[in-house]
Amino acid sequence: MRGMTFAEKVLSRASGRQASPGDIVNARIDMAMSHENSLLVMKAFGEMGASKIWDSSKVTILFDHRIPANTVKTAEGHKAIREFVRGAGLPNFYDMGEGICHQVMPEKGLTLPGTLIVGTDSHTTTYGAFGAFATGIGATEMAAVWATGELWLRVPETLRVRMNGTLSNRVSPKDAILHIIGDIGADGADYACVEFSGESVDSMSVAGRMVLSNMSTEMGAKAGVVFPDGKTNEWLSLRTKKKWEVVSSDSSAAVKDIFEYEMSDMGPQVARPHRVDDVVPIEEVEGRPIDQAFIGSCTNGRMEDLQAAREVLRGRKISESLRLIIAPASRETYLDALENGVLADLVRSGAVIINPGCGPCLGAHQGLLAQGERCISTTNRNFKGRMGSPDAEIYLASPATVAASALRGEITDPREV
Amino acid sequence: MIEGRVWKYGDHVNTDLIIPGRYLDDYDLRSLAAHVMEDLDPSFSKKVRHGDVVVAGRNFGCGSSREQAPVALKHAGVSAVVAGSFARIFYRNAINVGLPVIVCPEAASRLVDGDIVVIDVEEGVLVRPSSHIRIEFKPLPGFLLEILNDGGLVPHMKKRCLK
Repeated sequence: MRGMTFAEKVLSRASGRQASPGDIVNARIDMAMSHENSLLVMKAFGEMGASKIWDSSKVTILFDHRIPANTVKTAEGHKAIREFVRGAGLPNFYDMGEGICHQVMPEKGLTLPGTLIVGTDSHTTTYGAFGAFATGIGATEMAAVWATGELWLRVPETLRVRMNGTLSNRVSPKDAILHIIGDIGADGADYACVEFSGESVDSMSVAGRMVLSNMSTEMGAKAGVVFPDGKTNEWLSLRTKKKWEVVSSDSSAAVKDIFEYEMSDMGPQVARPHRVDDVVPIEEVEGRPIDQAFIGSCTNGRMEDLQAAREVLRGRKISESLRLIIAPASRETYLDALENGVLADLVRSGAVIINPGCGPCLGAHQGLLAQGERCISTTNRNFKGRMGSPDAEIYLASPATVAASALRGEITDPREV
Repeated sequence: MIEGRVWKYGDHVNTDLIIPGRYLDDYDLRSLAAHVMEDLDPSFSKKVRHGDVVVAGRNFGCGSSREQAPVALKHAGVSAVVAGSFARIFYRNAINVGLPVIVCPEAASRLVDGDIVVIDVEEGVLVRPSSHIRIEFKPLPGFLLEILNDGGLVPHMKKRCLK
């Protein structure tokens, strides 16, 4: 008998029927996350004539995109959301200061294996690193989720990505996923659930796996999952007392495609402007002068990313020709990096540390780019105009590559510094 | 029935091109419409007329989950987006805000900027009267057409709540 994929199992359980690829199912949602766009959700919720949230324990709201408020309009939005949260009595609310939704949600134990999570943010796929089926949705349909606890979803086909071999020194999960996106393409996984596996994935930390799931949306994936193991269980057990049931994927299940990659001989990778899938080995772009370097975001703002940057900088000063901005992903990361001295070292090397949050990634504030400037960034999108002026260039790379580039003031291979 | 001028764009038109993040602290519809497509085609918001149709290649709307992307297009006057394929969140958002989205690779490759097209969303037919081109596409499933015909998910849910 044919087995079932992870997506089929989770969506069958959530919809109470046999869910096969292409079917449209009405699924019950286990967790619903929104950030500042809760304002749009609230508006639609009210206009629909809804008044009561279906299950307040299953809704999470936090601020991360524009914190502290960058404009009066943002401040008004924050204020309105705080009032709504108080009125609705929502227990899972995190005001500015906690950090980026995709780091805070797992830290608070809200991304359990086998659950169905939706969020009004495209990088909601990050929670797939914990074995959840997690996907981004829009604000108006989130209002319907708040009202009913249900959402229609098309059951996705599955793509398997096997990553063989272990990553070499100063080559990170970010390099691996950039390479894969460059190969599969920005729409190569459209509407699909991507299952990551293989020796490279097994040997990655939980933080590294979050990079894979996070970036899977950049190839169009609906979800990107890594199946839980001892590391996942240990990570989550430290953060929640709740129980969970791991959902796996059957090897006999029908999948749309299988991609295999040999990772052990791959070097650092860079995505060139203005496409995430325009990925080249670092040798092709080395030496290009840089004006700004950024380390942070839901992709690469975790402890191992900050440590990778410190390890490359090793007490040396960054080039005077550029500025280095660093945003720890969450309060937890920030505190740990303060206490273990990583942030002090980075500041001594010349970095400017900003508060946990999305920061300059989406071009709202905290370090926008001027016309003609070039930025190298650990973030997830290098679209034209994304981080400021539409006439600026964004290169995407790993934390080690960004730190090495900051050291020299030009795109630099981290294995050479 | 939709009738309008075609504005033709390429592949991978992302949500930052449709409405840049720097304008998203403002939820004013006129302001969103004034900046729509700004980094791709700076004069688009001045040129576009009510009823016009955006036609593009693959993966239209890739990137962020921002619902302001289809909202900005709709409030600038765009009556439908026809593309070779759509990124999934944009596709859902467009229907939810009442902007028809049509998957039609043939139209995406045959239509050119400035064409006048007539589209029947329910029947799945697109016509360019000037040269008698008639292209069929798979109409949206019934429950999504219903949301579109109600004007989006908010009026659709309102109707359900009243029932």
